[in-house]
Amino acid sequence: MPFIPHTEKDTQEMLKTIGADSIADLFDEIPAELMIEHLHHVPDALSEMEISRLMRERAKLDGTPMCFIGAGAYEHHIPTAVWDISTRGEFYSAYTPYQAEASQGTLQTIYEYQTMMTELTGLAVSNASLYDGASALAEASLMAVRSNRRVKTGRILLAPGVNPVYEQVAAAICGAQGLTFERLPRDSMSGNINFEQLSDGREPVAVVLQQPSFAGTLDDVDRLTNWAHAQGALVLAIVNPISLALLKPPGQWGEQGADIACGEGQPLGVPLSSGGPYFGFMTCKQKHVRQMPGRIVGRTTDLDGKPGFVLTLQAREQHIRRSKATSNICTNQGLMVTAATIYMSLLGYEGLVSIANASHANTTALVDGLCSINGVERLFDGPFFHEVALKLDRPVAPLLDRLAERDILGGFDLTSYAGADALLVCVTETKTAQDIEAYIAAFADVMAASNVKSG
Amino acid sequence: MNELPGDLLFTKDHEWLRREEDGSVTIGITDHAQGALGDLVYVELPEVGQDIEEGGEMAVVESVKAASDVYAPIGGNIVAVNEVLADDPENINSDAYGDGWIVRMRPAGGIDESALMSPDEYQEFIDNLDD
Repeated sequence: MPFIPHTEKDTQEMLKTIGADSIADLFDEIPAELMIEHLHHVPDALSEMEISRLMRERAKLDGTPMCFIGAGAYEHHIPTAVWDISTRGEFYSAYTPYQAEASQGTLQTIYEYQTMMTELTGLAVSNASLYDGASALAEASLMAVRSNRRVKTGRILLAPGVNPVYEQVAAAICGAQGLTFERLPRDSMSGNINFEQLSDGREPVAVVLQQPSFAGTLDDVDRLTNWAHAQGALVLAIVNPISLALLKPPGQWGEQGADIACGEGQPLGVPLSSGGPYFGFMTCKQKHVRQMPGRIVGRTTDLDGKPGFVLTLQAREQHIRRSKATSNICTNQGLMVTAATIYMSLLGYEGLVSIANASHANTTALVDGLCSINGVERLFDGPFFHEVALKLDRPVAPLLDRLAERDILGGFDLTSYAGADALLVCVTETKTAQDIEAYIAAFADVMAASNVKSG
Repeated sequence: MNELPGDLLFTKDHEWLRREEDGSVTIGITDHAQGALGDLVYVELPEVGQDIEEGGEMAVVESVKAASDVYAPIGGNIVAVNEVLADDPENINSDAYGDGWIVRMRPAGGIDESALMSPDEYQEFIDNLDD
């Protein structure tokens, strides 16, 4: 039964009023050849009981594989309390509320979230979140153009380590607004920026650095930040929030710090869920706050002097500034942010540090083991966080297929990105020493069973 | 409402201009405009040295309830901006024709005074708006 509130009588009265005989008449203008009588390949409807049974059977086919894929989304242990609390009726909404100030609890949660993100990134202000990491880069790029008005080129330079998918999304969103995205030269040994080949004089409006890089390497962000500022550019930092428990926060990069930090918030308590929903985060220096997109919650006092929370700086937003608004984002990923806030609250700073340390130690163990196999070596030198690119002596895809048969998701096929047979592996705190040994043994097996030439 | 300063010229967009002795022109928004906007919380200023065409976006004034663009009444080069407004935007509320000035421009060409209003004409203009 469809949940439509109109009775048959209502419908007939409405049709009579507008002078139509039937609802089908309303679609008369659609040419007959475009009308589909029957949906091919779509089976008949199932009852709730039948569909539940079907989905259970299909879920079984997924198995319970061990996941060693990162490449932008990361499997971390999520304490049960995170989603137990997030899905309480008081929190369970995807949106910042309408009549926002009537929902003080929701606003306080967002305020706490913003406070934690500014502490993690070492920057002054955070917004209430964006859709995901890739679109956060697009918004940060547009924000940089608004904030760095002296530079008119619309040219955004990307360090070699910027996630290629983020570049595609940013180019799709910002391309029509005259922004161009260009890559800085890569050093083939380190995978990082090649400072020898850096040329001045391109007048970038912003330079984007990703730390850790897409291929897992750690770039010299201090030097790059100083170089970018010397070019008159703003520095946009893409960071993994978990890594900030160990790595220098963007606000402290170089002499002046990055201007804007953004990235994917999923590692903070949001399950992989086949790719979403996730959330993007964004923080910036105080001086850029009026160009920041999205909603911002502020703390204030009411008429009686009691503390309270409000949506602040709304004059940037589209309901006030109309076509001149800083962006058309008038919501946030409220539910994901609630989960992230609870996740960070439960873990605390020490908890984040221990997760980051365990992930790094596990990744080191896996990489050491895999590199002891003939035909496997690291693609790039240098330190890493919890993700490493490996160079193989044969095609990657067939190996991943063999590993999948053993219920192991062996990593992200980096071949098209690296221009060589390469695999990106990631290990978080969720894996035990036995898991890592099992993966190394399985990898040795599938390597031994495959042939270098035929793959 | 106070008497409008006699040495100013006005636009229909509620901006005022004052010709300075050195040939530059000081520009701000009128007392009527600040009254309509309410308490100002932020002023976005152009860069010194920037060229702005007549009718181009020159500044943004933001109050607790609205943000409005200030369009350049004449074309020219920005020779000074009122930096104090960055910290004290309320100067526009308290002294729109004095401490609340926004920019000083060097006009690119002559100023077409026929397109501008005298204090008396502007007073009549806003009196009629209120009707």
